[in-house]
Amino acid sequence: MPEFRETTLSNGLRVAAEIDGRGYSAAFGYFVRAGSRDEVDRESGLSHFLEHMMFKGTKRRSAADVNRELDELGGQSNAYTSEEQTVYYATVLPKFQDRLIDLLTDMLSPTLDADEFATERQVILEEIAKYEDQPPFGAFERAMEVHFGPRGLGRRILGTTESIKTMEATTMRDYFHRRYRPENIVLAASGNIDFDALVAQVEQLTQAWSQRPTVATPAADSPDTVPDGISLEPRIAIPDAHQAYMVGISPGPCSTSNDRYAARALGSIMGDEGGSRLFWELIDSGRAEVATLWPHEFMNEGAWFTYMVCGPEDAKSNCRLMDDIIQGTIDKGIKAEELKQTLSKATAGAIMQSERPSNRLFGIGSRWLTCGEYLSTDEALDRLRNITVDDVENAAKKYLTTDATEIVAVSEDTAAAS
Amino acid sequence: MPWLRTAALSLNLHAGVHREPTHLGGLSGMVCEMIQRGAGQYSSRDLVAAQDNLGIDRNSGVSTAFVSFGAAMPSESLQAAISLYADIARNPHLPQDQLDDARMMAVQELRAMEDEPTHRVMRRLRELHYGERLGRSNYGTETGIQDITQEDIRDFYQTNYHATGGILSIAGKVDAAQVIDWAEAAFGDWRTGKLEDLPSPTGAAKYEHFESASSQTHIGFAFDAVPYSHPEYFKLRAGMGILSDGMSSRLFDRVREKRGLCYTVTASCHSLKNGGGVFGYAGTTPERAQETLDVTIHEIESLLDDLESSELERWKVRIESGLIMEQESSASRASSMASDFYQLGRPMTTAELETLIESLTLDDIRDYWSANPPKDYRIVTLGPNPLTIPESSESTAV
Repeated sequence: MPEFRETTLSNGLRVAAEIDGRGYSAAFGYFVRAGSRDEVDRESGLSHFLEHMMFKGTKRRSAADVNRELDELGGQSNAYTSEEQTVYYATVLPKFQDRLIDLLTDMLSPTLDADEFATERQVILEEIAKYEDQPPFGAFERAMEVHFGPRGLGRRILGTTESIKTMEATTMRDYFHRRYRPENIVLAASGNIDFDALVAQVEQLTQAWSQRPTVATPAADSPDTVPDGISLEPRIAIPDAHQAYMVGISPGPCSTSNDRYAARALGSIMGDEGGSRLFWELIDSGRAEVATLWPHEFMNEGAWFTYMVCGPEDAKSNCRLMDDIIQGTIDKGIKAEELKQTLSKATAGAIMQSERPSNRLFGIGSRWLTCGEYLSTDEALDRLRNITVDDVENAAKKYLTTDATEIVAVSEDTAAAS
Repeated sequence: MPWLRTAALSLNLHAGVHREPTHLGGLSGMVCEMIQRGAGQYSSRDLVAAQDNLGIDRNSGVSTAFVSFGAAMPSESLQAAISLYADIARNPHLPQDQLDDARMMAVQELRAMEDEPTHRVMRRLRELHYGERLGRSNYGTETGIQDITQEDIRDFYQTNYHATGGILSIAGKVDAAQVIDWAEAAFGDWRTGKLEDLPSPTGAAKYEHFESASSQTHIGFAFDAVPYSHPEYFKLRAGMGILSDGMSSRLFDRVREKRGLCYTVTASCHSLKNGGGVFGYAGTTPERAQETLDVTIHEIESLLDDLESSELERWKVRIESGLIMEQESSASRASSMASDFYQLGRPMTTAELETLIESLTLDDIRDYWSANPPKDYRIVTLGPNPLTIPESSESTAV
């Protein structure tokens, strides 16, 4: 069985690892409490921009060196930014542990070079443009903005074209010093790793991190204004979209809520692809291309999403049908065999996921960063097995609603016609 | 793979897109959907319940040559899963009263794809590259889908779903002898049928532009290359690795990192049994699209100018690490084996592939790429304005 070990280094950096000496690979990731919810208006998109800049060179390595060395270690490496954290990760063969840790740790002390900053600004603007062309055309971002307000959890991760075009390197440097402090960071590891060597190496490599200058938290933006480039309009008009894209958002359980397992089971019974209440009524019948719902947990709040994609002419009747299914579940509950089927699926999923250290890493790192909690695969399986029909029905009464905030992205013609 | 807790199967039958009559684009996909709407003792819903209760993580779909079913699960479910998939393939109900539902489902998927600019570009590029028959879309056409009748479904099923040429590969925590017995019991007495060779590729150099008020110009490009079964394939592939595998690869480094021209730029090998190609994509805002195309093509054409052995070594480590890590996934191994079996007539062992990769030299890359320089580009763009295409393919473009 895998063994869990953790420690806190003298500078406050936490290390958490699930060790399994039988693994073929070792996965490592720095999880940083820096996400779009930590930004103010003039920093909008900065957590994500900074994530890109971590690959752009340090005192010891040029940008090309960083990319070259990551490739030399042969693994899968990347980074991502969410509303609440930024994660830098890689999976390598165990023999590369020392070299990878040296590299990843060094990357987290970027030089933030001005020329690289200017070039990378263009890449971010391209990334924003890319998502503007892709379904559902920003409907999820808009839903978060309208539901949570355009700041905090509602702040879009990539920022806006306006905020990125005007971003300054000094703002980024201040933000870096504010958020990338050892007490805000967890180094997580999973698979075939040497924990003692890891801790010794990181203790030595991160000594200087506690000396990062302290920077005052910027004043909050006035809640009476809307940030540049942001719209709170619930309809998004797309030049030539064939389908209509509808996103609903309402409150859900947060990441520490006891309801979260039952809520996930409810989401699966209602919305799973390939066999759920919404699937049989809307997808299997060809009424919609997508019809689903799911809870999304944040640290101290939660969201419940619904998502439907269908022909614009069927949008109204399909939304009614979805509401009927939701209301029916609130009123009449679920069947025992539905829960059994969902739990079998979830149990098998957890077992399959446990086979790859790279899959385990994210749960371990995020959980340790936000809650200081570790859940082994077997403990997670136990929690699944303990979910009852009552738990799921209570979650349905508490969280399901037909009165969610709705965002619709459709073609300009359809938008004009309605 | 006794260290795992899972097993996976991959079932592949010669009932892919190329067997569709030209006027019924989408038929193979609809048959794949219809055979899963009830089989043997199971109704459509029973089938899903049985799969969920066995903990099967599943997928299915059609490609040029095949209809494929993939299933990964806790290993104790494998025997039941094999017999379940035998029912789906051999004893489907093909319920007529669900034909219109399946048709609407196919139309929904097709329309959703129309909203994905990258997909539109790459789908058209594939048609230009392989020709109408071999390059046709897995999603079919709206008129084809509307015209499919219950009889078409039955005929396609009768003609193309049989044991001949079919490939069932299994990997994971299994006892091989036992698995062969199970497969024999489930499929051993299935009827045989006729196979038809893939048509030959008929694509030629061409440029096409879709006008759209999109935020980015989406650029797809392709050129001829040898397929996986060709003895020179890995020389091609090593060159492509240097061009586009990893963050230090040339396209990523020189188009994105050094110039900031785009977020996505990529190129990779694609293989059918009787033809292959390199397919690439870049997305960039319209005012920088011409430069992006020019720089990308320039990098591809000057691959041999400054080859360094460190580039090849990095690619080797990446491939070899991937091979070792594949041991952690029964689904990934089952799918590689099925693909090898089709392309090469036998599965390649990990050790054999490692030896082959290790033996490659810069001279191998030079030999292949000098003898087969990229040319006759097929290029498709989508965006506000068309681009000027590179000189090397201009003469044959329209």
